[in-house]
Amino acid sequence: MANTIKARAKVSGDECLVKALITHPMETGQRKDSKTGEKIPAHFIQEVNCEHNGANVLNALWGPAISKNPYLSFKFKGAKKGDSLKISWVDNKGESDSLETKIG
Amino acid sequence: MSMKRRVFLKGSLAAGALAGVGLLMPQAVLAAWPKAAFDATSVDDALKGTYGMTDAADSSDINIKAPDIAENGAVVPVTVESSIAGAESITIMSASNNNPMAASFNLGKGTAAYVATRVKMAKTSDIVAVVKAGGKLYKAAKNVKVTIGGCGG
Repeated sequence: MANTIKARAKVSGDECLVKALITHPMETGQRKDSKTGEKIPAHFIQEVNCEHNGANVLNALWGPAISKNPYLSFKFKGAKKGDSLKISWVDNKGESDSLETKIG
Repeated sequence: MSMKRRVFLKGSLAAGALAGVGLLMPQAVLAAWPKAAFDATSVDDALKGTYGMTDAADSSDINIKAPDIAENGAVVPVTVESSIAGAESITIMSASNNNPMAASFNLGKGTAAYVATRVKMAKTSDIVAVVKAGGKLYKAAKNVKVTIGGCGG
């Protein structure tokens, strides 16, 4: 999987505000397939990590109660315009993706 | 992860019925994921699974921004902000979901006690936000009315 993450990181004063949108079904495992009547297996992101200058700024542990195509926003200090921010996720099936984006 | 292992995992996961969340997780990758917390059916058990404690003091220094009425329980925007000094972690739960635990955010040293995301709510419920700071837990709750439940059950 590639390009599932869209993110914007902007510095304002001494704080960087990050907004990210990830494409992912976030299936709870409770939903039934309308045609077969069987439950669609759980498939959801379990961990999201955001790194700046080699340091982890956010470690998010998610469950299936996070909405489909999850949105995430957070703020951290110590970033400068032009710095790089890396956002990555891993799901319960072992699939993953990551994105490196420039802070603006 | 090597391709072989990925393919094997994919194959073994796809085969057979997945009887529920978390039965066939690749343990090596997910050692840090608090399964007990996400499987918990009560707020207290979810806290125990996440932080190893359940005592949380009510705090007015935690602000939960969420709609009073959520039209679509599948996508309820929640923002939690806190002014408690030394906040290291924020956990969000939807108290009346079968499994209340929605997410836990571990904050880096320079990261603000501010997180925003969207959660699924099965029905009208309290959104509970717990902040861990200085070895203690603090909590706040906001009731959100849900007109159409969002867990698809």
